[in-house]
Amino acid sequence: MSSVQLVVIGAGPGGYAAAFLAADLGMEVAIVEKENNPGGVCLYRGCIPSKALLHVAKIMSEAKHAAHFGIEYAAPKIDINKLREWKQSVVSKLTGGLGQLAKARKIRYIQGEASFINSTTLSIKKTDGTTEELTFGKAILATGSRPSSIPTLPQSKHIWNSTAALDMEIIPETMLVIGGGYIGMELGTAYHELGTKISIVEMLDGLLPGADRDLAAVLNKRAQGMFHKIMLETKVVKTVETANGILVTFAGKDGKEFSEEYNKVLVSIGRRPNSENIGIENTKVKVTSRGFVEVDAQRRTADENIYAIGDIAGDPMLAHKASHEGRVAVESIAGKRVAWEPQAIPAVVFTDPEIAWCGITEAEAVKAGKTVQVVKFPWGASGRALTLDRQDGLTKMIIDPETQRILGVGIVGVGAGEMISEGVLAIEMGCVANDLKLSIHPHPTLSETMMETAESFFGHSTHIYKPKK
Amino acid sequence: MELKLPNLGENITQGTVTKVLVAAGESIKKGQNILELETDKAVLEVPSPQEGVIGKVLIKAGDIVKVGAPVFELSGGNASPSATPVAAPKAEAAKSAPAPVVAAQSAAAPVAALVATPSAPVRANVPAAPSVRLFAREIGIDIGVVPGTGAGGRISINDVKAYAKSLNTSRAASSGIAPVPLPDFTKWGQVRREPMNNVRRKTAEHLSHAWNSIPHVTQFEKTDITELEKLRKRFTSDKRKLSITPFILKVVAAALKQFPQFNSAVDMTTNEIVYKSYINIGVAVDTDRGLIVPVLKNVDQKSIMQISDELTQIASRARDRKTTMEEMTGGCFTISNLGGIGGTFFTPIVNSPEVAILGVSRGVMEPLYMENQFVPRLMLPLSLSYDHRIIDGANGARFIRWVAEAISQPFLMDLEK
Repeated sequence: MSSVQLVVIGAGPGGYAAAFLAADLGMEVAIVEKENNPGGVCLYRGCIPSKALLHVAKIMSEAKHAAHFGIEYAAPKIDINKLREWKQSVVSKLTGGLGQLAKARKIRYIQGEASFINSTTLSIKKTDGTTEELTFGKAILATGSRPSSIPTLPQSKHIWNSTAALDMEIIPETMLVIGGGYIGMELGTAYHELGTKISIVEMLDGLLPGADRDLAAVLNKRAQGMFHKIMLETKVVKTVETANGILVTFAGKDGKEFSEEYNKVLVSIGRRPNSENIGIENTKVKVTSRGFVEVDAQRRTADENIYAIGDIAGDPMLAHKASHEGRVAVESIAGKRVAWEPQAIPAVVFTDPEIAWCGITEAEAVKAGKTVQVVKFPWGASGRALTLDRQDGLTKMIIDPETQRILGVGIVGVGAGEMISEGVLAIEMGCVANDLKLSIHPHPTLSETMMETAESFFGHSTHIYKPKK
Repeated sequence: MELKLPNLGENITQGTVTKVLVAAGESIKKGQNILELETDKAVLEVPSPQEGVIGKVLIKAGDIVKVGAPVFELSGGNASPSATPVAAPKAEAAKSAPAPVVAAQSAAAPVAALVATPSAPVRANVPAAPSVRLFAREIGIDIGVVPGTGAGGRISINDVKAYAKSLNTSRAASSGIAPVPLPDFTKWGQVRREPMNNVRRKTAEHLSHAWNSIPHVTQFEKTDITELEKLRKRFTSDKRKLSITPFILKVVAAALKQFPQFNSAVDMTTNEIVYKSYINIGVAVDTDRGLIVPVLKNVDQKSIMQISDELTQIASRARDRKTTMEEMTGGCFTISNLGGIGGTFFTPIVNSPEVAILGVSRGVMEPLYMENQFVPRLMLPLSLSYDHRIIDGANGARFIRWVAEAISQPFLMDLEK
C-alpha cells in the first residue's frame, strides 16, 4: 500500500490546476486519471476540439460572406480526415504539454480509475491491469460530468452525443440537434458550415435558456437564416432507426405530430455529474438528488478529508469555474484563508455571433425583484462592427441605479467571448458606470461598445443620439 | 430552503439582530438558538423552528428583520438527526482542525492546520476587489460589514484596515485584558453555574467598556435638603407620591445647560467633542432582571410634577419589562438614586457615551454649624463621576457645587439664568 499527501481524482481543467498548484506549494501530489495525459473533457472532448472546429467554420463562413464585398472564392473542398487530424493534433499538443508539466512538477500520474474504500484510502484499477491501494491525507474529487442521454432513444450509430460529434466520423447531410443549449448551438454551427443541413428542436420557447432574451434574439435572427429549421416548444415523441439514419416524430406546441428523417441525431440536452461508481458511499461525502457533491465555501465536502471541485460540485459546469475552485480547495488545504466567492463567472457561447455574459442577467434581476437599470449599445453604432460588416451585436449592462455599480454585463456579437473579461474585471473590482466611462478604450475596436454602454447610462453616448425627454 | 424568522409571540413583528449565533455550514437542531434579536421589548434569543445545515447567512448584526423574513438558507432540512451531527459543531471543527495529513509526511510540506474556516461573506456581492476581499479574509474580517468609502460604496484596503483598527480599539476598550481562567471552585465546595440573562450580560459588557474607556473621577458632596424635604412632603398626597428624584432631575437639567461639557460625548476617532442641545436624562431603575436605565426626554421643558408622573410610569414599565428600546436610548446624563436603600457615598460608573453620572444616597440628619450654632439639617450625599478626558477636576467640583446649592436653594437657578 502506498500513500500520498494529496490525491486529485480526475485531471480535467479543475483537477490538473489543483494538482499543479498543490505541487507548486510543496505538497506531494498524485493524480488518478483514465486518459494518458491530463486534459479532461475540456481538452479531449469539449471546449478545445469544438473551438478548433468553430474556427474552421468561421473561416468558411467569412469566405462565403466575402462575396458581399466583391471577393468570391470557389466552393471549399473539405478533406475530413485532414481536418480531424488537425483537430486531433491540437488536442494532443495541449494534453501532451500538460503531461510534461505534471512530470516536471514531480506529480505521480496514475492512469486508471479510483474508488474510495474509506475516507483515507482509494482503490485504483490501473490501466495496466493491476490494482493499487493508495492512502491519502486529502483528496480532491474532480471527476467531472458526461453528456446526459435520453433513455428512450434507440441504440444506434446514428445517434450522437457531443463526444461522437467531435469525433467527426463523417459530415452528415442532415442532422437534428436535440436541445437548443450552448453545446447544441455550437456543434450545430460547426456542422452547418461544413455543409450539414441542421435542424434544432428545443422544448422551451427560446434558444440558449439562461442568456437574456435580447442577446439570444440577435443570435436567433442569424440562426434562422443558417439552419434548416428551428423548432421551439417542440418535443421529440418517437425515434425509429432507418437505413439512412433516424426517423424522428415531433409534437409541436399545438400537439400536432409530424415526422422527418435525419442522417444523424445529436443529443445535447445537458450534462450530468460523474458521482456514481467512485465509492462515495464509503465516505461521509454527501450527494444531492441531482448527483452533485455538496461542498462548503472551501469546496470541502461533508468528509473533512475530501474536497470536490468542478462539474461534480455543482453548476455552472464550466472549465474556468472548475480550475478556480481547484485553486481554492488547494489553498484551503495549505491552510490559507480562502473562500469561493466569485461575483461574476463568465459564460460564453461560441456561436456566430458569440454570446457572453457575466454577473447578474437582466432576467435574474427581474426574477429577484431587484431594481436595476439596463443600458444597451447596439453595434449598428460601432464603427468597428461596420468595418467587419457585422452589425448584429449588442452590449448591455445591468447597473444598480443607486450606487451606479455594474452588476452584470451581456454581449452578443463577434468576439463577445474575448470582450466579456472586461465585464468580469469591472464587476469583481466593484466598478461603477463612471469607471468604465472614464477609462479610455482604443478606437476602432468592439471594446469601445463597453465604454459607450457605460456612457449611455448617463444618457450621452457619443454615437447614439437620444432626444431629451 | 429558507429559514424564516419565526413568530415570536407577544405581538412582536420585527427586531434588530444583535448577534448571529450560528455560521454558514453549521448544523442546527430544532430549538437551538440561532439569533439574538433586540425587539422593542427586550433582547431575546430566537430558537430555530427546524433542523438542518445553515447554507448562507442572509442577515447580519444591525439588520432589522421582520417576522416571516428569510434569515438563513437551510439545506438538509429533512435529514435524519443521525445524518447531521449537531453537537457543538464549532468545538468539533476545532478538534478535527490539525488536518491529519499522513503523519509520516507531515513535515515534508507546508500543509498547515485548518484553524478557522472562513465562509463566504455575509453580504453577497460586496463592492470590493478580489484582492481586498482576500486581505479582509486573511485578517479575519467579514468584508460584508466593512463600510466602503469609494464610489458606489466600494471598499478599499484602507477601509478594511480602518475597520480592523476600530474593532481593535473597541475590543481593547471593552475587555481591556484577556479574561483570566477561573480556578476550579469545586475544590472548595459545591458551586452552581447559571447562564447570564441578556440584561446581565449587556450590563457586564457595557460597564466593562465604560470602565475601560473612560478615566473616571468621582467627586463627593453633601447638600442640605431640609427645605426641599418640607416642600416635597407638602406636595405629596395619597394620589401622587412625590420623591426627591424629580427635583434632582430638574436641577440637573438646569446644570447641564450651565455646564455644556457635561452634556456632551467624546469622539476619539475624529478628536471631536459632540455637544448636545437637548436634555434627556436617564434614571437607573432596579428590576428583578437587573439594572435598566429608561431615559426621560426633554427634562428641561417639563415641570417637576410632569417629571414625577413620567418617572413613576417608566419605572413601573421597566419593572413590568415593558420598556421599549426607544425609551432606553438617547440619554445625555444619568442619575442613580440609591437613597431608598441607604448608604452614604458610592462611585457610580459613567454610562458611556455620556460623560457624567450623579449618584444620590440617603439623606441623613446631621448637625450643621449655622449662624453660630449647630442646627439639625437633612443632608443628602451626592457622588458625581465624570469623564476626566473632557471634564477637568475644577469643573467637576463646580458642577457638583452648583447642583448642591441649587438643590438646597432652588431660587439660585433662576438668579443665574
